[in-house]
Amino acid sequence: MTIRTDTTTQLEHPLAHLLRTERFPHIWCPTCGIGTVVKCFAEAIDRAEMDYDRMAIVSGIGCTGRVAGYMKLDSYHTTHGRAIPFATGLKLANRDLKVVVFSGDGDLSAIGGNHLIHAARRNMDIMVVCVNNFIYGMTGGQVAPTTPQPAITSTTPHGAFEPPFSLPHLLEACGAVYIARWTSLHVRRLTKSLTEALLKPGFSFVEAIAPCSTLYARRNRLGSGLDLMKYYHDSSEIEHGADTSDIAIDYQKNIKVGTFLDVERPTWHELSDRQHHATLGDRYYHAAQMPPADKEEASHA
Amino acid sequence: MRYWRTPLDAHQIKIPRGEIHLIIDRCKGCEFCVEYCPRGVLAMSTGFNAKGYHYPEVVTPENCVDCDLCAMICPDFAIFCLPAPEDEGEPTRKEVQHADG
Amino acid sequence: MPTAEATRVLSGRQYLDGDHACTEGALSAGCNFVAGYPITPSTEVVERFAARIPTIGGTFIQMEDEIASITAVLGATWGGAKSMTVTSGPGFSLMMENIGLGAMLETPCVIVNVQRGGPSTGLPTMVGQADVMQARWGSHGDYEIIALAPQSPQEAYYLTIEAFNLAETYRTPVMVMLDECIGHMTEKVVIPEADAIELVPRRRTDAAKGEYLPYAVGEDGIPDMAHAGEGHRYHITGLTHDERGYPVMSVDCHDQLVRRLCDKIRNNADDIVRLEEDGVEGCEVLVVCYGITSRVTRAAIEGARREGVAVGCLRMLTLWPFCETRIRELAPAVKAFVVPEINYGQVSLEVERCAGGLAPVTLVPHMGGGVHDPAVIQAAIEEAAR
Repeated sequence: MTIRTDTTTQLEHPLAHLLRTERFPHIWCPTCGIGTVVKCFAEAIDRAEMDYDRMAIVSGIGCTGRVAGYMKLDSYHTTHGRAIPFATGLKLANRDLKVVVFSGDGDLSAIGGNHLIHAARRNMDIMVVCVNNFIYGMTGGQVAPTTPQPAITSTTPHGAFEPPFSLPHLLEACGAVYIARWTSLHVRRLTKSLTEALLKPGFSFVEAIAPCSTLYARRNRLGSGLDLMKYYHDSSEIEHGADTSDIAIDYQKNIKVGTFLDVERPTWHELSDRQHHATLGDRYYHAAQMPPADKEEASHA
Repeated sequence: MRYWRTPLDAHQIKIPRGEIHLIIDRCKGCEFCVEYCPRGVLAMSTGFNAKGYHYPEVVTPENCVDCDLCAMICPDFAIFCLPAPEDEGEPTRKEVQHADG
Repeated sequence: MPTAEATRVLSGRQYLDGDHACTEGALSAGCNFVAGYPITPSTEVVERFAARIPTIGGTFIQMEDEIASITAVLGATWGGAKSMTVTSGPGFSLMMENIGLGAMLETPCVIVNVQRGGPSTGLPTMVGQADVMQARWGSHGDYEIIALAPQSPQEAYYLTIEAFNLAETYRTPVMVMLDECIGHMTEKVVIPEADAIELVPRRRTDAAKGEYLPYAVGEDGIPDMAHAGEGHRYHITGLTHDERGYPVMSVDCHDQLVRRLCDKIRNNADDIVRLEEDGVEGCEVLVVCYGITSRVTRAAIEGARREGVAVGCLRMLTLWPFCETRIRELAPAVKAFVVPEINYGQVSLEVERCAGGLAPVTLVPHMGGGVHDPAVIQAAIEEAAR
């Protein structure tokens, strides 16, 4: 039995330029899916040919909240549930930034729920990656608004019984313009969705179902993260454009994945500019940068 | 794949060969790469890394076709694939990124 | 020192209430981002900003709640804006967690609290001064804060500019503690020409890309800032962090960080504290007052002086850091302190603490909803003189 302390390769990982590798190995558990989602996201940044200097990543609190700390971009690890308003502030201060919120299902839809729905309603130009592991991992495995009934969690030791959110359904109702759901097994399709979301103006939401081995899987005797990946393999069904009212995830049952929504709506900035220009005319500070009136008509059509 | 006849350019098709690179100190023994490699190139070794995890090793290197699925799915950035050295020709996108990164 | 931009300054003799004067102060200071949520009696501040900003450049957004407002203010500051939010007691309470984040990340920004009667929903349209301690201690953990207390719309204008300057100097959230009386009182406000308004510029890093350390400090213990999008690609976190901005969960790192966050204000308290003194030297009774109460107290002091009491007035323009040095200096020399305030004892506790038992402190409380009757304060002054 050999203990190897050298690395087999002398080369750095091809995505090291986007990662704070000096902080690796990262804190996520063995067979946790967050790392895979980060990998797909880093890949998507390169595929979308994003300008690294123009990007900002904002995370909340939780296991997924640690993502900001590992990405070599302007990154902000904020308070629980408040990544989205922080991201809103960043975007409103600097329209040129591509702002991405990377957070977990609890952070975004429980404590952060109000901010989630309003940012979607406003069509704020930010991208939200929600890693959904159906649980609050960092704090030891409590029930989340996405936990399916009757999963065992530390605060539902006798089985969860509240109906969970179907996040794509929620976000569609609120006005998001791009909604996709994949699992961390669907690496190529997830990367593609992340690439599309990076390039799309407006409020994009990508839900990445990922295994939580130490808590969700273990507490429910589902094996390890690898076993959850096998469950994703066996139970996920790709249906692009599916009706979001019909894609709830029941416990260990069918997972509908795909790009559910991809529409065009004016962003917050576009709406603000349009309204102010209509009322103030040339007195509007940004009047000079606005597209001429005929182009505005075309974008309405 | 089964074709109804041999493609006319069959002799030109070159199956890519890949070279696995491991950063074993990052590995946490999740076994995703072993499980999902479509060519059975990897298996978990009996060795331990500095953190005490088993890490994968390449058992059939000649089978690797540089599909990069192991790299895509590894949550720990502990494995990646590069085109095997004997494949000359155009650099892959990965190598181009290296130059810029 | 750079000065204000003329297009943003409403120079001239204006007739404004405290809320509106506060907005004009923010605009003169170059504030170009406000995220707010309506709450009486502060709403007028953001209403005026929403009306004014589209023609002079900047953004106003009404967020979904106060928590979103303060968080958006932090985000906007890191995105390069000069930001402010405005609220009253209940909203102030909601903002506390992220005021702590602002202090931890060392984010320059201004938070205006137009105080009203509390606790809880209290008296939404009526005056209070009961958030003073909350301004200092509202968020969890150890940190220091700067808070200013104007006593007129004119002062609301100037102290809001001062708040932005202090925020940039010390890289901290700064509070402007108006109260409903000042906020809703309309008076002459003289707004100077733009070139007479000095503005402290943001401390920006001149580090090369790849070499910026968000929390590396020099002698003054205050780090330089980099905005998102400038290519520094840094990381900052609300977790205890080292100079790289990375989380470090160690006792030593935490000790260093917390001390530095507090000391950067504590060690500069003498520069930050602003007081207005009248007849303080050699007085028997020293009245310590702030905000609207200081105006009411003027009548009481004049009355007491006519009765022959040597009464001095120490008006606090800064509530925090508290004027500890001055009180400790004066405590051995005065017979008594009198502290009138529209609460059940907040600044009076600080005065007591600093007086160290050398002189008694008489609180003249008012629970809120109105201002003191000057006769009551005068009676307390005369009683203290006996």
